[in-house]
Amino acid sequence: MKEKYFINARIIDPSQNLDEVGGIIVDPQGKIKAIGKNIKKGNIPAKAEKIDLKGKVLIPGIVDMKVFVGEPGFEYKENFRTLSNAALSGGVTSVVSMPNTSPVIDNVSMVDFILRRGRDKAGINIYPSATLTRNMDGKLMTEFGLLSKKGIVGFTDATKTVQNAEMMSRIMNYASDLDVLVMQHPEDHELSKNRCISEGEVSTRLGLRGIPYIAEKIIIERDLSLLEEYPCRYHISQLSSAKSVEVIKKYKKNGLKFSAGVSINNLSLNENDIGDFKTFMKISPPLRKEEDRKALIQGIKDGSIDVIVSDHKPEDEESKRLPFAQAAEGSIGIETLLSLALELYHNGSLPLKKIVETITYNPAKILKINKGTLKKGSDADLCIFDLDQPWQVDVSKLKSKSKNAAIENRKLQGKVLMTYLKGESVFSLQ
Amino acid sequence: MAVIKKFSAVKKIQKHLLGIQNLSIDEAKLILDEAKNFIKLNRSVSKKLDLLRGKTQINLFFEPSTRTQSSFELAGKRLGADVMTMNVGNSSLKKGETILDTAMSLNAMHPDIIVVRHQDSGAPNLLSQKVNCAVINAGDGLREHPTQALLDALTIINRKGRIEGLKIAICGDILHSRVARSNMYLLNMLGAEVNVIAPKTLMPNSVNKLGVKRFTNMKEGLKSCDIVMMLRLQNERMAGSFLPSKREYYEYFGLTPDKLKFAKKDALIMHPGPMNRGVEIDTKLADDINVSLVKEQVELGVAVRMACLKLYCK
Repeated sequence: MKEKYFINARIIDPSQNLDEVGGIIVDPQGKIKAIGKNIKKGNIPAKAEKIDLKGKVLIPGIVDMKVFVGEPGFEYKENFRTLSNAALSGGVTSVVSMPNTSPVIDNVSMVDFILRRGRDKAGINIYPSATLTRNMDGKLMTEFGLLSKKGIVGFTDATKTVQNAEMMSRIMNYASDLDVLVMQHPEDHELSKNRCISEGEVSTRLGLRGIPYIAEKIIIERDLSLLEEYPCRYHISQLSSAKSVEVIKKYKKNGLKFSAGVSINNLSLNENDIGDFKTFMKISPPLRKEEDRKALIQGIKDGSIDVIVSDHKPEDEESKRLPFAQAAEGSIGIETLLSLALELYHNGSLPLKKIVETITYNPAKILKINKGTLKKGSDADLCIFDLDQPWQVDVSKLKSKSKNAAIENRKLQGKVLMTYLKGESVFSLQ
Repeated sequence: MAVIKKFSAVKKIQKHLLGIQNLSIDEAKLILDEAKNFIKLNRSVSKKLDLLRGKTQINLFFEPSTRTQSSFELAGKRLGADVMTMNVGNSSLKKGETILDTAMSLNAMHPDIIVVRHQDSGAPNLLSQKVNCAVINAGDGLREHPTQALLDALTIINRKGRIEGLKIAICGDILHSRVARSNMYLLNMLGAEVNVIAPKTLMPNSVNKLGVKRFTNMKEGLKSCDIVMMLRLQNERMAGSFLPSKREYYEYFGLTPDKLKFAKKDALIMHPGPMNRGVEIDTKLADDINVSLVKEQVELGVAVRMACLKLYCK
């Protein structure tokens, strides 16, 4: 590989507090050799490859902390190859894969399988997570130590929650010693059983049993209380309500160390989008009120929430073309994560740098992986996008194997043009 | 002098009857007016018309029903339609067939109208997107039961002469009741003042946003009401999960002659059936023809369904 010079780019790299026009040099090994405004047209050696970005934005390759792949067991919904294509067209170069596959990722041999499949079939960096408890039934913890040694970056029961407080306290206590990351999907099972959307006027009108915000808050409060006693690396996968943001803010203010994430869907949609039983809008945690959406945005602004995820969950048509209560939860979103997040920039909700931080540097920091940065010496995983290009989401053109996009037909502004993985071009918009 | 012809706008109706929420006030009035014509017919000796001759009506019931199903069946037959009733119970669900599979195979038989009841809210909406004919919702989950609300409204109009300005209480398990929801929308739309009365555990979230007043005791909720509408309380909900016991519920929310005194002197009682005598309503009160409209509700139910079939079957 020749040395590459990317010039005339608006480089945004929150890990170095950078937002300036300049260039980067990628060495033949795919590492970043230099970065800054001094890299420009005049000083490029003749044999190097020159890529003039003409003012487009260059950020570190996106790190998506919550992605469902489908392998093993649900290959008909998504496999590593289709996921990679979707990810790369969205500028995503690293993902944390969820362990609720079939069978679930709760033992060492399953991790071998995932890593091997990821290596052979995926065109992106796969960081597998394993379950917190065996078979995700919340009763017995998995082998945090052995699994970590195999390359597991974090532990989560994906869409399930450890309900038993005693079990959770032991998990935290044990995890702290090994310095592993515990990621909780906060939802009380009793308060959410047989329910599907947010509880309120909309659920009453649609005749659906709603999930109260308290189902989420009660687990967050419990876990944060436990965390005070048993400090460990703790991350709240996703939030949905204003009340949860309040709780998090309070604990963070008191100095407790933990992190929290939110799905781009909960930042961009609200319960009214469900309309006449649109099952693509059935997600977990559910879409809530407009006030909740605004509070989540505010939570990102003030640092209460650290990460934005796509919560990419592919579901085939058969799982969605059902009465609402029976339909599967989830929406695809890895390909549209950045574009949809840019909507929050264009409508004045969030500064661009903040958005970039929540999808690159922050998740990498929480996961303790050397990604999400353009610092000298790091892998040249790059996402280059046009901040203003308008386009409309056409599900038939999305690369994911499943087409259940909550933002079907939405008009967006901002599109990924090129993606590089370790200095190699892996996606280029036609 | 030129003669000015009086003409009214062509009365239009939507393709499907999925719920009162989707209905305009004109559509509701059109159905009720149409139904009035059938009341007399149903009381006469010869009850058969040929308005729907050659049309096919399929009643698709995923949930058991006696009253609604027989009412729709009779209504269709009296209008001359070919009526087929399918009880799609657990059997075909066990076979793995989805509601859309069932719908598609029925659609291939070219029905003109499908009447559907399903345990999931929104199932008729889903169905209506996939079939070519009209769909009438005969009750879906906790969401709507539009023809029940329409027959309740017709019963009230028949007795009281109007709905506008009346005060109506709906009492019982509001949370799990599609009848309550449809009635709230319709009675509100037609100008009644609606109170809902229930223990807090059986009251839906944000129900006040549907334009009704909430009460948790009968004395206040029934005050100066013209109509008291009681709802059925299902057995599985009385045994401790929502309420401590049957007898405690009866004590506070069962309609007894004493509690009825809180309402207006000439107040009338309604119940969508089937009744739990001695749970939500005193058995003598339920049978008292001077105050109970229960039988009339069933009778006018056929008229309302005839009107719906006539208007939606195109």
